[in-house]
Amino acid sequence: MDHGYQQHTNTNAHLEYQSGQGRLNILGFWVFLGAEVALFSTLFATYFVLMHRTANGPVSSELFQVPSVLIMTFLLLTSSFTCGLAIHEMRRSNLKGVIIWLVVTLLLGAGFLGFEIKEFIEYTHEGVTLSTSAYWSAFFVLTGTHGLHVTLGLGWIILIMIQLKQRGLTPTTTSKVFISSLYWHFLDVVWIFIFTGVYLIGMVMHHG
Amino acid sequence: MKWDQFFITDEPLIVGAGISILLTGLGIIFVLTYLKKWKWLWNEWLTTVDHKKIGIMYILFAILMLFRGGVDALMMRTQLAVPNAHFLDAQHYNEIFTTHGTIMILFMAMPFLIGLINVVIPLQIGARDVAYPYLNAVSFWTFFFGACLFNISFVIGGSPSAGWTSYMPLAGNELSPGPGQNYYLLGLQISGIGTLLTGINFLVTILKMRAKGMTLLRMPMFTWSTLITCVIIIFAFPILTVALALMTFDRLFGSHFFTLASGGMDMLWANLFWLWGHPEVYIVILPAFGMFSEIISTFSRKTLFGYKAMVYSMLVIAGLSFVVWVHHFFTMGSGAAVNSFFSITTMAIGIPTGVKIFNWLFTMYKGKISVTTPMLWSLGFIVNFVIGGVTGVMLAMGAADYQYHNTYFLISHFHYVLIAGTVFGCFAGLHFWYPKMVGYKLNERIGKWCFWIFTIGFNICFFPMYILGLDGMPRRIYTYNASDGWTELNIVATIGAFMMGIGFILLVYNVYYSFRYAKREQTGDAWDGRTLEWSTTSAIPPHYNFAKIPEVTGLDGFWRSKQEKETENVEYKPIHMPSYSGRPFVMSAFLFISGFGLVFEWWAIAILGAIGTLICMVLRSFDYDDGYYVNVEEIQKTESVYKEV
Repeated sequence: MDHGYQQHTNTNAHLEYQSGQGRLNILGFWVFLGAEVALFSTLFATYFVLMHRTANGPVSSELFQVPSVLIMTFLLLTSSFTCGLAIHEMRRSNLKGVIIWLVVTLLLGAGFLGFEIKEFIEYTHEGVTLSTSAYWSAFFVLTGTHGLHVTLGLGWIILIMIQLKQRGLTPTTTSKVFISSLYWHFLDVVWIFIFTGVYLIGMVMHHG
Repeated sequence: MKWDQFFITDEPLIVGAGISILLTGLGIIFVLTYLKKWKWLWNEWLTTVDHKKIGIMYILFAILMLFRGGVDALMMRTQLAVPNAHFLDAQHYNEIFTTHGTIMILFMAMPFLIGLINVVIPLQIGARDVAYPYLNAVSFWTFFFGACLFNISFVIGGSPSAGWTSYMPLAGNELSPGPGQNYYLLGLQISGIGTLLTGINFLVTILKMRAKGMTLLRMPMFTWSTLITCVIIIFAFPILTVALALMTFDRLFGSHFFTLASGGMDMLWANLFWLWGHPEVYIVILPAFGMFSEIISTFSRKTLFGYKAMVYSMLVIAGLSFVVWVHHFFTMGSGAAVNSFFSITTMAIGIPTGVKIFNWLFTMYKGKISVTTPMLWSLGFIVNFVIGGVTGVMLAMGAADYQYHNTYFLISHFHYVLIAGTVFGCFAGLHFWYPKMVGYKLNERIGKWCFWIFTIGFNICFFPMYILGLDGMPRRIYTYNASDGWTELNIVATIGAFMMGIGFILLVYNVYYSFRYAKREQTGDAWDGRTLEWSTTSAIPPHYNFAKIPEVTGLDGFWRSKQEKETENVEYKPIHMPSYSGRPFVMSAFLFISGFGLVFEWWAIAILGAIGTLICMVLRSFDYDDGYYVNVEEIQKTESVYKEV
């Protein structure tokens, strides 16, 4: 049959790369991640420009808590690892293994999100909100955008797990799993920059 | 909010416009119902994922927006024709220059180019559709509804009035209260989603779906320019997304990114805006460059001169476009070193642009030139664009810019590049590919009249503005005194503006006239073309574009195959095509509702719209519709109809 590119199949490749549309979607998602890099770069640039503009209000070192941030980092980095294990199981065509590791990934991600929400609530109780100063505006929007991405990722992976249950490991479902894993690893990379650029630098920041 | 604030009722011009919109809307509804065309509209257009139809919808919308932006322009020129005029008051004038700028750049230039890209690129690379047809529909409808959200501002709640650049603190809550600025933020945000998706879609389409034999350096120049434009879109539009979001937070949720109080930094907005905004002007000029390359090559009956130099110069322009943004505000006072750096990068853009100009000239050298309407627009482009480019180099000099900054000199400069570059390009491309879209050419005689009246009017309108600017007339003033000595040149400029208006009417008349009287094309090759889009068997390509995917053996692939006169008996095979879907339309309508709620800070509506959007996305995730196959009998039937003709 005379297929368009979308329909070209390649049975030697990994399952997620077998259908032409799967290959296109994976490439397109890499490009989308390029746009995401531009988006987060802009947020980071804004954050660093406004870093010392606390308008005589609270500074980050007064509020940041080392244990909580370390736990969050641990949870998210581990979730990236378990997400990788899910892909590993996918390559071994082990549907049950994929689901198990995706569930673990989801739980770790939800744990991360819980700590982040708890952190935001505590800051609010300390009287620090989006409108406290330019610095805190930038802080909440940068970390909040990352948190929103994690939330969307959780919802997305749940949808894909349902489809895995319904359809098993097919070229279409596996390409979806693979793409969502790219997204999940990307959020991990962003978090590493937030952890170092926002939290580690912020711990030692003082009035000035 | 009271109802008399919701609908603008205190401004006769706006009430008149509102009523005429209402009447036109009712008229359209009546005609559709009378002719029983609702089902046709939904099945053939609103749910389509066919790149050609999506492209035509983009272009129709762009021409509508050209009308709206053009009316804004004529109102401004009427107000400025004589000193101390009272046609518009200061607030109304501010609103009009804001909507004029925003609409012309984002809702006219962008969709016009993206429309032509949609129609032409898949055909030009020998593909049956784009990489993501469904996403392409999402692109169009988010763009469409975002633009509609922006456009309804002037009758519902009031237009934005802080300029298309929306500098802070002017665009903040204190100086721009009310929903106007929110319309700007949300309308651009929603339509920006569509643009980003288009960028990704066409990048992947061009990289992955080219016909056999079409290596990167055998791609037609319009395809190259689109590829590079896509890269700029992918890196520039997220910056706009963030900037708009941050200002939305400032206005709706009390954050302090750009405010004067609590440590905010107003010039941060200007930096972010132009970090997107300068690449944006290359997003709207590079595809036009690509179209001129195709047209000049076709009507000189020669291969494009300096093909590789054309590609490299566009790559250099794309790179430089990200490192020149500070030249929009040399007067911010960044210091001599910073200003010098950005002066030099800005002037450097003149080098690759100059290379391109010379290449077009050398393409024509010793060519068999036929001066058709698209060629006329291309020739007009070269002359007028150079004037705009040279004054651009003048503006690039940081020290001298303190004199030109915010004067009519600048206004004239960017109209000389954007009209002579982008608008001439859109008109050239429209005339050139019109037979590919509808199956007949636009009338040449009316087209040439349109060209001359528009181009002469354009120069009469904008050239005096260079002199007015050097004479100190600032931009964005709603009136001036007779003692300023600007009266004569302003009258001249207004006459020119109305000539351009007549040119536009001629263009629209040409569409009607050609629809009635033009000779229908018998083949797919209306202009003796050089590239694959002209190789389709019929004037309007069938929905699957190519019954058999062509093969390319070199640059100007179709030209080569015509010289070789190869004839082969084609054996058809079933063709896979994507299914239509109404979901992109519905989802974008929900985004519109959500944006409308945010504009008025009616949270329930905003949340409702957001939930609707999310539901559409979830439904899409569970959608395993894999398209359908066009069977061989249907292809044979379709193709044989054309063969007999």
